[in-house]
Amino acid sequence: MLLTIILGIILIVLGLWGMLSQKNIIKIIIGFSIMDTGIHLLILSIGYIKDRTAPIMNQAVQSAGQVIDPVPSALVLTAIVIGLAITALMLTYAVKLYEIKGSLEISDFKELKW
Amino acid sequence: MVKKLFSLIILALLVIMLLPLMTDFAPFAELSRVAEKYVQKGPAEVGGQNLVTSVIVTYRGLDTLGEIAVLFIATAGIGFLLGKSSGKHKRSEASQLVNTGTAFLLPIILLFGVFIFLHGHLTPGGGFQGGVVIASGILLFVLANADSQISSNLLHWIEDLSGAFYVIIGLLGLILAGGFLDNSILPLGQFGKLISAGAIPLIYTLIGLKVGAELVGILNNMQRSQ
Repeated sequence: MLLTIILGIILIVLGLWGMLSQKNIIKIIIGFSIMDTGIHLLILSIGYIKDRTAPIMNQAVQSAGQVIDPVPSALVLTAIVIGLAITALMLTYAVKLYEIKGSLEISDFKELKW
Repeated sequence: MVKKLFSLIILALLVIMLLPLMTDFAPFAELSRVAEKYVQKGPAEVGGQNLVTSVIVTYRGLDTLGEIAVLFIATAGIGFLLGKSSGKHKRSEASQLVNTGTAFLLPIILLFGVFIFLHGHLTPGGGFQGGVVIASGILLFVLANADSQISSNLLHWIEDLSGAFYVIIGLLGLILAGGFLDNSILPLGQFGKLISAGAIPLIYTLIGLKVGAELVGILNNMQRSQ
């Protein structure tokens, strides 16, 4: 579907822009989540076929010609779980960084800067 | 200023990279070759109604094992970072609304989570979703009972045992059936019934328990460290 592809690209670019331009660590993590969602939309819309239904072969589906591609759906399911784990880990780092410096501004952390 | 320019250049490059997806877009009319095989042969080979589940648990079962491993490593990292709890904060009591709502909703939410992972091979859903639903129920419980301590020992045991049994089922597939994580170590049963599709309900139950225990562990760590 062209519309969801456009939406996915917009979300990816928006998320990356947020990650590059924001100074607050929490906002950077939010940018990552937006980008993640955009990628999921993009992958899903690649597997979509018009006028077809979800790949669940119950009584409503008679032939193989009625379902969409199950592989992108499976990929996105995996990606959502990984995204959840990564987001939780990043938020934990944010908590720890705040405990150390008392600030969430990325420009206050200069130790690894060169 | 220079930084901003760089970010704009990176964004422009990304847009140029993604643009062909949009401009050369041709709606798919046919399934790809791999998908065609999954859709044609999946119901007979694996026996699950939900083909996404068949792909995740059986055809690409090894990837799911890797996914579980990634989730486990992330949880372990969170536990390592937040492990040492810093001083106890006194939290205010939850309101009566939250308490009554929890007492009413918690059993229903847990039951719904179990329902979702048991029916993963028949309807949309599965171990990951069911585990997340269970963890959300536990989150409600933690919100209502501020002083509650969820035994992290119990969580670790659930997590370890379900992970170990998942790998053991995979190895049994190697010995008894066609390959690692082959679900036909158990009889496929009647297509579309609850107890069917071989080992898939068993594997998804283990995944559901493991994911639920891991997410509850994350919540537990975050609650203790605040």
